[in-house]
Amino acid sequence: MRVRLEHLTKRFSDVTAVSDFSASLEHGELISLLGPSGCGKSTILNMLAGILPVTSGKIYFDDDDVTNMPPEKRGIGLVFQNYALYPHMTVLQNICFPLEVQKVPKAERLERAMDIAKLVHVDTMMKRHPAELSGGQQQRVAIARALVKNPRLLLLDEPLSNLDARLRLEMREEIRRIQQRTGVTTIFVTHDQEEAMSISDRIVLMKLGVLQQNDLPQNLYDQPANQFVADFLGNPPINNLRGVVKGGRFELEDGSASCDCSLCAGAGEGRRVTLALRAESAVVGPEGPLGCEVTSIYQMGKEEMAYLRFGTSEFRAYISVEDGLKRGQQVRVALRKRGVFLFDTETGERIA
Amino acid sequence: MKKPARVERDLTSHARFSRIEPYMYLLPFLIGILAFTLYPVINVIFMSFKEDYSYLTREFARWGVGNYEKVFADPKFEQAIANTLKYVVLVVPISTCIAVVVAYLLNQKLRFSALFQTAYFLPMVTSITAVGLAWRLMYNERFGIINYMLSWFGVDSIGWLTKAQYSMPALVIFGIWNILPFTIILLLSGLQNIDEQYYTAAKVDGARSLRIFFRITVPLLAPTIFLVCIVNTISSFKVFSELYPLFKGEAGPFYNLYTVVYYIRYAMMESREYGVAAAAALVLFLFILVFTMVQLLIQRKWQHRR
Repeated sequence: MRVRLEHLTKRFSDVTAVSDFSASLEHGELISLLGPSGCGKSTILNMLAGILPVTSGKIYFDDDDVTNMPPEKRGIGLVFQNYALYPHMTVLQNICFPLEVQKVPKAERLERAMDIAKLVHVDTMMKRHPAELSGGQQQRVAIARALVKNPRLLLLDEPLSNLDARLRLEMREEIRRIQQRTGVTTIFVTHDQEEAMSISDRIVLMKLGVLQQNDLPQNLYDQPANQFVADFLGNPPINNLRGVVKGGRFELEDGSASCDCSLCAGAGEGRRVTLALRAESAVVGPEGPLGCEVTSIYQMGKEEMAYLRFGTSEFRAYISVEDGLKRGQQVRVALRKRGVFLFDTETGERIA
Repeated sequence: MKKPARVERDLTSHARFSRIEPYMYLLPFLIGILAFTLYPVINVIFMSFKEDYSYLTREFARWGVGNYEKVFADPKFEQAIANTLKYVVLVVPISTCIAVVVAYLLNQKLRFSALFQTAYFLPMVTSITAVGLAWRLMYNERFGIINYMLSWFGVDSIGWLTKAQYSMPALVIFGIWNILPFTIILLLSGLQNIDEQYYTAAKVDGARSLRIFFRITVPLLAPTIFLVCIVNTISSFKVFSELYPLFKGEAGPFYNLYTVVYYIRYAMMESREYGVAAAAALVLFLFILVFTMVQLLIQRKWQHRR
């Protein structure tokens, strides 16, 4: 099923949780709603589910306007952050409950529950109660309960945040596998950029209720639309050098250092800009526009991370062990084409 | 050499004191319990086996089970047990059912819910004797408001407090009304402990409110419902203060509403058979014990599945 959100806005008394949000997703796609907490991603999910009324704007499932449709008519499956499995029912009863409500005959109910349980690998624990399951198993049951009624749209609200790191990795792959097996259109809400990057076909990044960028995961990383997107994605976080454009060159705000910078060419003289570079985009070598001093070096296993001082600013860069750099050494740093951006410091808008 | 040794002794005496200290804080309360709860309880047990016991002279004829024989041979006691059981069996389930529904409704975010809460919890803060007298007036055959309201539906006036067959219903209705607020408060706190997400999940699945109530709310509330049943069973077995003001201190219009506690009080205060009163009290205690145990067993059987 295709989903289309048009100019969606949600206001809670005097707080605007989501403002003028438009996006669409194709049949069978898995998209992530990504953003820091309080960015409105769960609000959007709840509006899609029909739990929260919409202030203005429209929601379309295929060509049907479902904006004011009650949740049970929308044909959605919802997986909650803490699963919300009914504690007094067995796994089987939990999975069957949506079918029981739809008055599906008992034999068919059991058959469908068994099928979906096999798909998510909980078919051996149907008689148990949720309290007797591990977090990952509860998660699987919650997904089975959401999928058993063959929803047109599967909504997952931070489904992995209650799991430990190892299980999170496993369930991430599981969700992707189950989604691809069933082909159900899926929206996945998360605040974890790595999770979003690895699982989704597309990522919708939000901040304070406003859409920042709606793109392929790799594009979000390689071509951030603005400063916020560049800051939000990537680990270690992107390096930001604040400065001004002076004579076509980039100069730090306090004037302590400057360098040639091809990106600054079109920026306009005197504009306050931020030169953002990813740690892997700075190449330490004999030549380069930036003259830096190595302030510290950290071992990271397969590589090393250096803190480099440029004027009064400092930034991180990956270096290779063979370079044999020492603390206090003067080095030149060249910038790769990839992973280097120029943003307007005031508006955060991307210049180059 | 002397000084360190002294410090050490100071320390140990301090340590000893700090071990005793908490018990000293508990002492006043413990004395109270011992003097006013434990001693009387044990005394009652002994008293029930002392035949022809005189409370004033503390003399008794002999040790024996004569008091129990008397109690079990007394038709009034038989009646008291029957009435009390009837009262418990009527009041506990009915009040629990009403309370679950009322608590459920109060838990919805209704307008004026503060007003409703005050109205429902009023009986709890008023004296049962005063309220009982008010109910006496309401039950009045000729100008009571209850009969007046019933007359709207064409019901002839009922002698709530004067006819034998209506006196038990009158007592039960008053008893239910009286026990409701406490029950509702307990259930309300139980309801507020149920995660909102279960309701959301059920709603997304398309469950309607009646199904949600019976399939989600009631099962999740079951532990509290059990608690309420046990507490109310115990207090209903002790029915007396509901009875006393309603019938001017008598056991119903024709002495037909003996309850066990009323019987105990009568044996104690009127016929001055202290041993008999003690024996009846112990029988009541055993009844309550058995009922509570049965309920706990049912609860355990029912809840081990979670």
